[in-house]
Amino acid sequence: MKSVDRRDFLKLSGMAGVTFTAGLFPAYQASAQAGGDFHFVQISDTHWGYKGPANPDAEHTLEKAIVTVNGLAQKPDFIVFTGDLTHTTEDGAERRARMKRFKEIVSALNVKDVRFLAGEHDAALDKGAAFKEFFGATYYTFDHKGVHFIALDNVSDPGAKLGDEQLAWLAADLKQRKPDDRIVVLTHRPLFDLVPNWDWTTADGAKAIDLLMPYKNVVVFYGHIHQENDHMTGHIAHHAAKSLIFPQAAPGNAPKRPPPPPFDASLKPLGTRDVAMSSAKAPVIVELPVTKA
Amino acid sequence: MNRRLFIALLTAGSAAEGAFALRHVWAAAPGEVSIQASKFEFTPETVKVKVGQPVTFVLTSIDRIHGFKMPDFGIRTDIVPDQETRVTITPQKAGTFAFFCDIFCGDGHEDMAGTLVVEA
Repeated sequence: MKSVDRRDFLKLSGMAGVTFTAGLFPAYQASAQAGGDFHFVQISDTHWGYKGPANPDAEHTLEKAIVTVNGLAQKPDFIVFTGDLTHTTEDGAERRARMKRFKEIVSALNVKDVRFLAGEHDAALDKGAAFKEFFGATYYTFDHKGVHFIALDNVSDPGAKLGDEQLAWLAADLKQRKPDDRIVVLTHRPLFDLVPNWDWTTADGAKAIDLLMPYKNVVVFYGHIHQENDHMTGHIAHHAAKSLIFPQAAPGNAPKRPPPPPFDASLKPLGTRDVAMSSAKAPVIVELPVTKA
Repeated sequence: MNRRLFIALLTAGSAAEGAFALRHVWAAAPGEVSIQASKFEFTPETVKVKVGQPVTFVLTSIDRIHGFKMPDFGIRTDIVPDQETRVTITPQKAGTFAFFCDIFCGDGHEDMAGTLVVEA
């Protein structure tokens, strides 16, 4: 396995703010599959309902990000939210109120194809019941311009498991794919052991990675850790996104996971990302600030 | 019996002559460490043990199911209310190691962690 330091890469490329992942996906470059170019936007960890010093502007951050996404020069084909749409609450009525308000806010997106994944804050206390009422199934697939997208649920089980039933479903879906099919996996938590001592993992994520390993063109986009991170498990790339609520400590910088660092807007700790998909090359990730400069 | 109930008698002040309060503390047998889980903490939060000496964690929960995970020792278990759960390790090296709840238990779950200090 090989970890990639994005900052070092950006220094080499000299294009701060733009992440090129080309070179991480040799199989992509070799493939010449059908399907045109398109973009999608990943938004993660909005934690609607959170109030606290880790984000003094929590009530407005999501709305500001939506304005930025709506203003993109090239409109994305679709938008995916990779979990923790709402901040957790033990009050089921309040959970639903937060989801209702979240849906109202994101209805301002000018892209109407919007996909949602759950995070543990949304789904772990009621096994996804409220999430399903508002957003539908917690794991599903869809196809877009030659790419097969697989949304996995590693949060409805409070023990952060995919579970045997979902793994069997994944195996059955993958059996229908060809080895060089282009596959994008969407999850909330990392499927691999990013920092086991911080519980930044999926209990049975290795089983999903094993199922995906025979396929040459697989990329995973996830959230949960509230920061950019790039990691390889074999030929499979895993890209974590920033959050829209507060940053988290750098992976593994202490034996026990520390609390969120003090909010420092100058570090631009929050944001969304545009992902450009192409049949001829690797995905290109462009990090988007909450508000345009 | 491996676990004994230790009853500490605490005087309630000179004004209440003859009166006293009872505080129940689960005291561990030799080689055992009692750890109580509750939303959203472990008590005690820091445990000190010696290298090479087996230690059994006696785990209890006072409110709901929690998890207890120590990746450095390959250990995880549920902690179920009204039950004692025992796990034993023999630390082979000195250092500081994390344990944490790995069953999402609410706002504050992510802070529910403790530290095992293994002394030479």
